[in-house]
Amino acid sequence: MNRDTRIVITGMGWITPLGHDLETVWAKLAAGVSGITRIERFDASSFPTTFGAQVREYDFTAYVGDPAVHAHAGKNSQFALGAARQAWEQAGLGATDGLDRRRIGIYLGAGEGILDFDNYAKTDIESWDDKARALDPLKWAEAAMRNLDPWREIEQEPNMPASHIAREYGIRGPVYNCLTACAASTQAIGEASSLLRRGDADVMLAGGTHTMIHVLGLTGFNRLTALSTRNNELATASRPFSRTRDGFVLGEGSGIVILETLEHATSRGAAPLAEITGYGSSADAFRITDMHPDGRGPGDAVRMALDQAGIDPLAVDEEGRPLIHYISAHGTSTSENDAIETLAIKRVFGDNAPKIPVSSVKSMFGHLIAAAGSVELITCVLTMQHQLLPPTINLDDPDPDLDLDYVPNVARPAKVDTCLSNSFGFGGQNDALIIRRFAG
Amino acid sequence: MSRRVVITGLGPITAFGAGIDPLWEAMCEGRSAIRRLQAFDPGGFSCQVAAELPPEAFSVKKVVPKSYRKATKVMCRDIELAIGAAHAAVIDAGLITKGIDGEAEPTIPPQRFGCHIGAGLIAADVDELATALMTSRGSDGQFDLAHWGRQGMQNLTPLWLLKYLPNMLACHVTIVHDCRGPSNTITCCEASSALSLGESMRVIERGAADACLSGGAEYKLNPMAYLRQHFAGRLAKTNGEADAATAARPFDPTATGTVLGEGGGILVLEAADSAAQRGAKPYAEVEAFAATQSFCPDTVGLEPPADGESIADAAHLALDQAKLTAADIDAIVPFGSSIPSVDAAEAAAIRSVFGDRASSVPIVTTVPNAGNCAAGNGAVGLCVAARCLREQKLPARLNTTSAEGLDANACPSRGAMLNRILIITTSQGGQNAAVVLRKA
Repeated sequence: MNRDTRIVITGMGWITPLGHDLETVWAKLAAGVSGITRIERFDASSFPTTFGAQVREYDFTAYVGDPAVHAHAGKNSQFALGAARQAWEQAGLGATDGLDRRRIGIYLGAGEGILDFDNYAKTDIESWDDKARALDPLKWAEAAMRNLDPWREIEQEPNMPASHIAREYGIRGPVYNCLTACAASTQAIGEASSLLRRGDADVMLAGGTHTMIHVLGLTGFNRLTALSTRNNELATASRPFSRTRDGFVLGEGSGIVILETLEHATSRGAAPLAEITGYGSSADAFRITDMHPDGRGPGDAVRMALDQAGIDPLAVDEEGRPLIHYISAHGTSTSENDAIETLAIKRVFGDNAPKIPVSSVKSMFGHLIAAAGSVELITCVLTMQHQLLPPTINLDDPDPDLDLDYVPNVARPAKVDTCLSNSFGFGGQNDALIIRRFAG
Repeated sequence: MSRRVVITGLGPITAFGAGIDPLWEAMCEGRSAIRRLQAFDPGGFSCQVAAELPPEAFSVKKVVPKSYRKATKVMCRDIELAIGAAHAAVIDAGLITKGIDGEAEPTIPPQRFGCHIGAGLIAADVDELATALMTSRGSDGQFDLAHWGRQGMQNLTPLWLLKYLPNMLACHVTIVHDCRGPSNTITCCEASSALSLGESMRVIERGAADACLSGGAEYKLNPMAYLRQHFAGRLAKTNGEADAATAARPFDPTATGTVLGEGGGILVLEAADSAAQRGAKPYAEVEAFAATQSFCPDTVGLEPPADGESIADAAHLALDQAKLTAADIDAIVPFGSSIPSVDAAEAAAIRSVFGDRASSVPIVTTVPNAGNCAAGNGAVGLCVAARCLREQKLPARLNTTSAEGLDANACPSRGAMLNRILIITTSQGGQNAAVVLRKA
């Protein structure tokens, strides 16, 4: 592994609840627009939570060469194909001669696909034995084979988005999918950068895709009481760091970045958009339901990333500024995460913590679960490009115990050269990335 | 400047039980655990046999600290298998962890102890979910979504979702054994274990951990997984129990498909210097690892390309990495699924890599004994390979009688001069991996 190998981003793309291209979405983030509406995908009106941040008006067929090749793509694969196309085009890979497909890989943190709930429930009803209060297995098999669609079932495998992308671009290098819950796409980007440093590929498409805005996804999170139930104020329901935060809001979509070694980017004349300088991964090893109260796992991941980036969290530059200029928080708007993440930031950054702006764009995107880290990292790149901090919206009533600078409500111009992006997963897997402006 | 990585503990878990000895003895004696499936009535499917771990042979409650027994209530079977495997591996490696002795100093400092456990697409238990869904039937007998949202979903335990998240295999294991280093969950179908091992290797190499619990596990012995394997065209066509004993016959031209088994494995990977320092006796060195992606004309990778080219590429990359040639390999452990198209691709890859030697390099098959453990299968093969190197012995092979151009036909176990073993796999989705193990 060559620690001197520099890893750059040469292309980005996303499909999000706020839109499907970098400029449109950035403008909304800068304006503090919420992407949260009533769920339209199915009738969720009787659920404890009736709202989410949905991708709208998206036709993936515009983003692929031959839609028939992806005829059975589930929503998560569709989102990923759109994000990948934008990134691929921005990186100019289509125009690069002599690209060795064996030296291009993929690392996604993609979630599982969507269960065909209507036909699943129908199958159960048709094979349920009321007397035995159980399913009749023979009837179930017959009904399932009749009601369920083979392609829809196959498409639920979490590696499908990566396989679709591989097929679209003829990619033959290392391909991985990981599913460490809410940390997955941050982890994917970090591991992809490690693969590049090792020399296992020249180009990696990395990021994530997910939707859990479906009956069983909403059911599962509502049973956990993890979601906001602020149905009468849904647009402002995602309110990280607020005194009245009551849970996260489901979002969906995909973010993909093209990672390359600087050498490879330079050799083909691709302009780096940003540089990934640090990656950390850790496990809380505490509980599957709760974060460790000391924030130890998140702290470890952040320290590991800072270490790799050669950044001392307690140091300041000549102007007295901390060396991290913006933290894209995991900031889910749950009571627990926002408090413990704040604590972890304070423990790592000490006296510098109050001087580092922290915001959560989950206040606008909602929580894209496995894909959250990917859109948050892209947001960091845009933040640095525009020198404008995206806000944490809906922060009108801050939690008095949480006293960092969360960039409340309004985007703020700032000199931003280096960002930290945090993602902490259910179950305690934590990941952090450090990214900086490419200065040459 | 990267560290050498060795295997110091083996913890397979299969129908033969937890631990390497029961599996190894069964394989050497030529025993198969494949019988008529007991977990549910498989009469509706073409394959009615499987390799199942008898309930009396393994209890997850017995392999977790007393304080963690309550947590076992929210574990799907996949998680139980991973916990059983981790327990066996840690003991085999002679490691003290929090899970073995909560009072003693752990052998590996928690923050230096990683965990990479591959997992499958875990289906929610159909009976559990159906029981809840049935409470929301309208008077017309149809599913009533409004009732479900309002009331019916309360019949699911609050932590229902957490039972089935694939990252929970790793999360529970990290909690039990206090692994706080880098932790990931790779979900690439049958390549998950090998890809996890590769990632553990790289994490240790780059100094982010000194040891990792590495492998995968999956429980496909349920109606939903069977349905999906059926839709994928992967299940053997068996004649009730009559051909239980011979249904799985990798590389035999009469093979009709795979036979599933529950299980997987965890291996303890360790930096060679760390192992030496504590006086551990490694089974093998992980000398090389590589991953590639097949170009799948069907996009979703149900059928790998018949030429096995990308599988061969993975093998070549691994050999090149260790500055070896095919002549240095003494045995091969492929996926050996008994799925005709997958067998054919692996066979083509083996012939391409080994040329004239292809018919004489012995192949080790595990599926006829322990069934196809899907996301856990690679770990089973890796454990067996490591034990082969320790014992200088090849286990018996079952069932196959007419493999063409490969040394894969049924035969008794035999001693052999084994210095290096190549482990390869492909997956549904087209991900491939290759590992070279060298005798320690």
